[in-house]
Amino acid sequence: MSAFWQALTFQAGYNATLVTLGAVLLGFAAGAVGSFMVLRKRALVSDAMAHATLPGVGLAFILMVALGGEGRNLAGLLAGSAITAGLGLLCVDWITRHTRLAEDAAIGAVLSVFFGIGIVILTMIQTMDGGRQAGLEGFLLGSTAGMLYADALVIAGGGALAVLAVWLLRRPMTMVAFDAGFAQAMGINVRRIDLAMMGLVMGVTVIGLKIVGLILIVALLIIPAVTARFWTERSGAMLWIAGALGALAGYLGAVLSTIAPAMPTGPIIVLIAAGLFLFSLLFAPLRGVAAAVIRHQRFQARVHRRQGLLALARLEPIHDPLTLRTLRRAGLIRADGVATDAGRAEAARAARDERRWDMARFAHQDTALTGRYDGLTPIDAVFTRDQIAGFDRLIGPPQGVQS
Amino acid sequence: MSTAQLSLATAAGQMIAPQPDPDAALSVRGLTVSYADKPAVFSVDASFAAGAMTAIVGPNGAGKSTLLKAALGVIPRLSGEVMVFGQPLAQARARIAYVPQRASVDWDFPTRVIDVVLMGMYRKLGLLGRVRIGHRNAARACLDRVGMADFATRQIGQLSGGQQQRVFLARALAQDADLYMLDEPFAGVDAATEAAIIAVLKSLRDEGRSVIAVHHDLATVADYFDRVLLLNVRRIAEGPIATAFTPAALQSTYGGRLASAQIDQLKLGRT
Repeated sequence: MSAFWQALTFQAGYNATLVTLGAVLLGFAAGAVGSFMVLRKRALVSDAMAHATLPGVGLAFILMVALGGEGRNLAGLLAGSAITAGLGLLCVDWITRHTRLAEDAAIGAVLSVFFGIGIVILTMIQTMDGGRQAGLEGFLLGSTAGMLYADALVIAGGGALAVLAVWLLRRPMTMVAFDAGFAQAMGINVRRIDLAMMGLVMGVTVIGLKIVGLILIVALLIIPAVTARFWTERSGAMLWIAGALGALAGYLGAVLSTIAPAMPTGPIIVLIAAGLFLFSLLFAPLRGVAAAVIRHQRFQARVHRRQGLLALARLEPIHDPLTLRTLRRAGLIRADGVATDAGRAEAARAARDERRWDMARFAHQDTALTGRYDGLTPIDAVFTRDQIAGFDRLIGPPQGVQS
Repeated sequence: MSTAQLSLATAAGQMIAPQPDPDAALSVRGLTVSYADKPAVFSVDASFAAGAMTAIVGPNGAGKSTLLKAALGVIPRLSGEVMVFGQPLAQARARIAYVPQRASVDWDFPTRVIDVVLMGMYRKLGLLGRVRIGHRNAARACLDRVGMADFATRQIGQLSGGQQQRVFLARALAQDADLYMLDEPFAGVDAATEAAIIAVLKSLRDEGRSVIAVHHDLATVADYFDRVLLLNVRRIAEGPIATAFTPAALQSTYGGRLASAQIDQLKLGRT
């Protein structure tokens, strides 16, 4: 446990601290950028781009070795990956715009072709002198072992730039994500904003190669964003919540991988992000599954209570077991189904409400107000006391069940 | 066309293509828009009078929305020219407000009513300008004008169809434009919302602004609008209701789809 605590508090050694800081910044950038991508409903384009990084990594390695340099230079490898990732994006874009193929088909085709090419190149590198030690396969699932200070700087700098760009472009990106047609009519160049957004996704993908790896980076872009959506109804807040969740996943994941060095970092980070997602899915106060179930049950109880009261008022027998249970629990009927005093009073009120609504629909001109009748809304929530008095005059002398 | 050709054409007594009307709020000339290889709008000349309310009317698939979107530059045009108040579109953007079809956006988007209205002020706010109390008050005033002041902080997913349409109109009002272009503003809205929207549009017209709306309900064209453009891929007729919204023009716009009994029930101009 003390090793875990040391890692949590950045005391597990120089390398572990570098990895943790890098993972936190990467997680934040991925969450923030991913939010817009999810809102624009183009989350899977990032997967095509991530897979398209692999040929670039291999080609950059071969090029750097051929030029007599150090093949494992991270900045060089990332630059190469960015080039082929951009190429992959352009391919998806071109296929979608110039053929009848839908974007998902284009993504599938580009993703697999680029990944296939990448694997071929990596296999060729294995046969080169020194290629076996290159450790390029670490880019598939992320490998933080032997991360250098310079590597951490590249990741931190790239992450900070991506967050800054998101902050600068948040307004046009929000407008394009919500209503691209309107944004275009306003003079926003939608295509350029989309390209900027995808450029940011590419940036995050590239700097995430080292820590999370290209296969799973899409998870770090999507999961914190959709998790954040459970907790907020505002796009601005969603951005920062997603960033914070991504940073938290990066932090915990990096710490765990410090104390369990045999485990690859990327999958651990993604699993932690998935855990946060699962928790939010179940327990988020507004959009969570548990909240939805409770809300539905409450609503159902209201409907049954109202229906039961109206049936009591009309002296009709009630057969529905849920209605009977609801009324019994509220003390409105006795165990044998006969209305209590409170039940009779409530039933009379409900019946009066219905009659007033009938009159309102008959007499009132504003259909937006009368349209708010749904069987549950009390009439005094919609009309003023004077208006209701007017409806009562139309109803005439009392009739029906009296308490 | 060179000067020589032009004079030749004139000499031969042929019509020269009409020049864009500089007084019109919007004029399109030779506008063709096509999806894949099928023109949705073919070589349409139309001029929308400034300070008037004009309906674009035609059957389903006639290219009404397409014409509107192409005139706004939302979808690319294959050929043709668009002038707004005598200026090219790019220079007149700030003078146009657009109300897209309600169904064109995802209403589960995480945003509030007031934030949607503030989007209408993007040109004033710019990339990074802070939203100040003055902007918020202006946005609330726009919401008030469409009867939605109480809904400012509501999440947009909770709105009914009519309320969504009102919010879209409020966003357009926030643009404070000279030309309002609306795509099916009455589609699927309740009667109260329809009345509220038409009241706002008429007040815009009375302030001297221009309104163009894609409209699908023939029965209300004469009540709501001053002018009409009948469209079915090509321009069929255009002008004031009295002269353009005639049984003959409707028959050639809708073909057999419109029984003559239906036409008889409409308030039409004279033949």
